[in-house]
Amino acid sequence: MTTTTITSNSSNTDSKQASSAFPDLLRSEWTKFRSVKSSLWSLIVANGITIVLSVVICQAIVSRWNQRPLAERLIFDPTARSLTGIFLAQLAIGVLGVLVITSEYSSGTIRATFTARPQRNLVLAAKAIVFAVVTFITCLIAILIAFAVGQAIFTQVGAGASITSPGVLRSIIGSTLYLTVGGLLALGLGTLVRHTAGGITCFVGMILVLPGIVNALPSPWSYDIGKFLPSEAGLVVTSVVRDGAGHLLGPWTGFLVFCAWAAVALVLAGWTLHRRDA
Amino acid sequence: MIDVSNLSKSFGNTKAIDGLSFQVQPGQITGFLGPNGSGKSTTMRIIMGLDWPDAGQALINGRPFAKLTNPLYEVGALLDARAFHGGRSAYNHLLYLAQSNHIPPKRVDEVLELVGLSSVARKKAGTFSMGMGQRLGIASALLGDPGILLFDEPVNGLDPEGILWVRNFLKSLASQGRTVLVSSHLMSEMALTADSVVVIGRGRLIDSAPIDQFIGRSTQSFVIVKTPDSSSLQDILRQNGASVKARDDGSLEVTNMNCPQVGELAASNSLVLHELYLHEPSLESAYMELTQEDVEFQSVISTQAVHASN
Repeated sequence: MTTTTITSNSSNTDSKQASSAFPDLLRSEWTKFRSVKSSLWSLIVANGITIVLSVVICQAIVSRWNQRPLAERLIFDPTARSLTGIFLAQLAIGVLGVLVITSEYSSGTIRATFTARPQRNLVLAAKAIVFAVVTFITCLIAILIAFAVGQAIFTQVGAGASITSPGVLRSIIGSTLYLTVGGLLALGLGTLVRHTAGGITCFVGMILVLPGIVNALPSPWSYDIGKFLPSEAGLVVTSVVRDGAGHLLGPWTGFLVFCAWAAVALVLAGWTLHRRDA
Repeated sequence: MIDVSNLSKSFGNTKAIDGLSFQVQPGQITGFLGPNGSGKSTTMRIIMGLDWPDAGQALINGRPFAKLTNPLYEVGALLDARAFHGGRSAYNHLLYLAQSNHIPPKRVDEVLELVGLSSVARKKAGTFSMGMGQRLGIASALLGDPGILLFDEPVNGLDPEGILWVRNFLKSLASQGRTVLVSSHLMSEMALTADSVVVIGRGRLIDSAPIDQFIGRSTQSFVIVKTPDSSSLQDILRQNGASVKARDDGSLEVTNMNCPQVGELAASNSLVLHELYLHEPSLESAYMELTQEDVEFQSVISTQAVHASN
């Protein structure tokens, strides 16, 4: 700890700086993510709900299967039904997406973070990548379990789907991506609002409330606008059987629209992050 | 070195900083002084790249903070004692900061040892006392072994032992050749710690000087002399160009003349002296005198108190 070590330190870093910058940030954000309880609990809740609701819903459907009209059985989507839990799971993932940034603001950690790394957009990017990867992997596991459990229940009445059936794999991957991108949308909103309650309110408003409001519009408008809303567009990819009488976008088109919402939120977030005082 | 030039920053209609320029030199502790709301914290936040200035710039070793890739190696800061997540352990808080700057994890253990937090490293930082929180903040500032350190009110809320620890710690950092900028509103503390001062009021520079020079600028520096023959000495001193004021206790307050001159004049006129000493103002009284017009929220009582104590 003398002047000489200080000088040697700064010359060391100059050579290190360019090459190691972003992986360092990813490592740093991963440490941040795994070292607070809220991350673990949000993931447990989200993925627990996905699996538990699968069992409950599928069991309920099977118990009433014989009363189901034939027309309904024909358009029955065993994959989507076994993944019903994602409707609730998306809230837990959304809360986590908001929290990973707003908890830094509420605790003051953000000042430590930005005094260690003034490249705020890179910090946000690293945070988004770590969050997205962890969410994708854990949700994929939960969704695969929910699917397997659900189909095992449906086989009792001969209505189970196989992962190799057309559209099933797309639905499984699509559901996982839906949760992940929804979380990124929440992260973007949280960064814009910088406040936990405000961020969660914005997210819930966009995902759950907005469709209800647009639905109240007179008919051609409600469909034409409605299909571009985040949850309406994003959810098409999660089901195998298409319903909605052609009022919805195609699965991957819809998903791209959903991605665009998240991208706009994140880009706006990055832009304001750079301009505002921290 | 920290180089602040022509810095300005407004919040709405309030000018927090107004054309502020100063430099902070290595190898000494520079006290950053000013009344509440004078812009000390805002200035430090701008130096550390958290706030954007409206005009001017703050340079760290010649570069703006935002241009530093791994800034922890160059500058460390304790800006507020609670810049950590209460649910995260002290170790993990320091680890994520270290990783972001490619600092090896073993350095985390070193700084924890340095500030005396090793035994509670795995405990949630939310359970820490004020003093432990300050130590954690200081540990994070030291992670990259930087040559420049900023501390905003580091002794706030500490017990006497903690204050002593911080004071000695800052002194050891400066003696290693580092640049140390410490803000405080505790003048007695700064008088014991700082080698130089940067004094601001209402976002403007009032003075930037070595501490004894700053104190010397106060008009409160004078010679006290006591003699049984007060009126004779008064006349002699006045004839030789000093200004003299009689005090209630019979002693004389002499300005424009130093102790040896007063003593020699008394001796050559065969006057007996009972007391002769230089009254030096404290940092506090010099500071009070120089910042009086710049206190944002001044009460009538405090102004009167200042005059009375003078």
